[in-house]
Amino acid sequence: MPVISRGFHGRRRPDQDRLPPGQYEVRDFPVLSAGPTPMVRTDDWEFTVVSESGARHRWSWADLMALPSEQPTVDLHCVTKWSKFDTHWEGVSLDRLLEDVDTQASYALVHSYGGYTTNLPLEDLRHGRAWVVHRYDGSDLSPEHGGPARLLVPHLYLWKSAKWVRGIELLTEDRPGFWEGAGYHSYGDPWREQRYRGD
Amino acid sequence: MATLAGRRDETAGARTLVLDVPGWPGHLPGQHVDVRLTAEDGYSTQRGYSLASAPGTERIELTVQQVEDGEVSPYLVTDMAVGDQVEVRGPVGGWFVWTPDATEPVLLVGGGVGLVPLMSMVRTRRAENSQAPFRLIYSVRTPADRLFVPELLDGAGTETAVLYTRSAPEGAERAPSRLRAEDLVAHGWPADRAPTCYVCGPTGFVEHAAGLLVGLGHAPERIRTERFGPTGG
Repeated sequence: MPVISRGFHGRRRPDQDRLPPGQYEVRDFPVLSAGPTPMVRTDDWEFTVVSESGARHRWSWADLMALPSEQPTVDLHCVTKWSKFDTHWEGVSLDRLLEDVDTQASYALVHSYGGYTTNLPLEDLRHGRAWVVHRYDGSDLSPEHGGPARLLVPHLYLWKSAKWVRGIELLTEDRPGFWEGAGYHSYGDPWREQRYRGD
Repeated sequence: MATLAGRRDETAGARTLVLDVPGWPGHLPGQHVDVRLTAEDGYSTQRGYSLASAPGTERIELTVQQVEDGEVSPYLVTDMAVGDQVEVRGPVGGWFVWTPDATEPVLLVGGGVGLVPLMSMVRTRRAENSQAPFRLIYSVRTPADRLFVPELLDGAGTETAVLYTRSAPEGAERAPSRLRAEDLVAHGWPADRAPTCYVCGPTGFVEHAAGLLVGLGHAPERIRTERFGPTGG
């Protein structure tokens, strides 16, 4: 039984059904990161997918821009409890980036400029559920939100949507990323409230 | 489960909650807890708050800034009475932490209420008799907004510089301004001492301060950041 906080009423919202357990809605766009914001020039930017055999697929910024883009509108859920509805993005589907990659791997470790990493099952990057996005709300993605490009995997807590993404390593065994190694959940499904290890 | 054992006013808008948490496993300074409030009809909501106290007992302290129009902080700061109970989960967070056996120099850079997790590091250093050299640069709007200043200036063992952004006390040499590179040079560590830097505050402050530190030659991997915003309620 939860403890009743005497005299606490709280603020229910009309969109309560869209909120995973323990989340509340925000209208601004909070910024979270573990260190300084890397400044990555698009001239220097590259994105690589390295399979378990070591085969390497590489895209320059121009390569990325030349691919067909999608414009997903999604809800974001951050493990620090805020959720933001109907965010507009533009980017390239991971289905497209992975289509020529020959792999039997089950896991992905995502790497970012600045050294951040996060892990997730490779399946979660497929089936129209993940993108490398470079525009937010009609503008180029700003550095504090992960520009020039970030991963977007909105069905998992937002720490999985690695900012400043630079590549994906495909693995046959799961390997914890930055927050997953620091006590956070390995998978991070907001609807099952998988915030911390053991949830 | 936590019971409010006492509270202290820190500023007009910030209050320290002293909570008894039987079975508290201890924490590392810099970690936070999730506080869950539940209304009588079952509605519940949670927020994270940094621990302000040093570990070592089953009594923890959270220093909470009341957010105007917030959902949770006005209850914690104003409505909750001694003896009331809340659900507390934690400690959580394994990155923005200082461990007492670390010996390298430490630079703490706090903006506003972002001082709270840094204060836990200062208090832990003192409680553990650590000899790690600590310096703290604390940027705050006005003298009335300062947290913990008597404790910081009175032998906490951390060299402390308080900088003001809007109005400074009478006679202050430094005119009010946002944090500048020369402030970090004057009151921090040179980059060649390779300090671990902990930066905490609102997003704009953290972006600015971390950028200045990188510009002064501090290695990005030695700069750990944590952000507070008006979001958080």
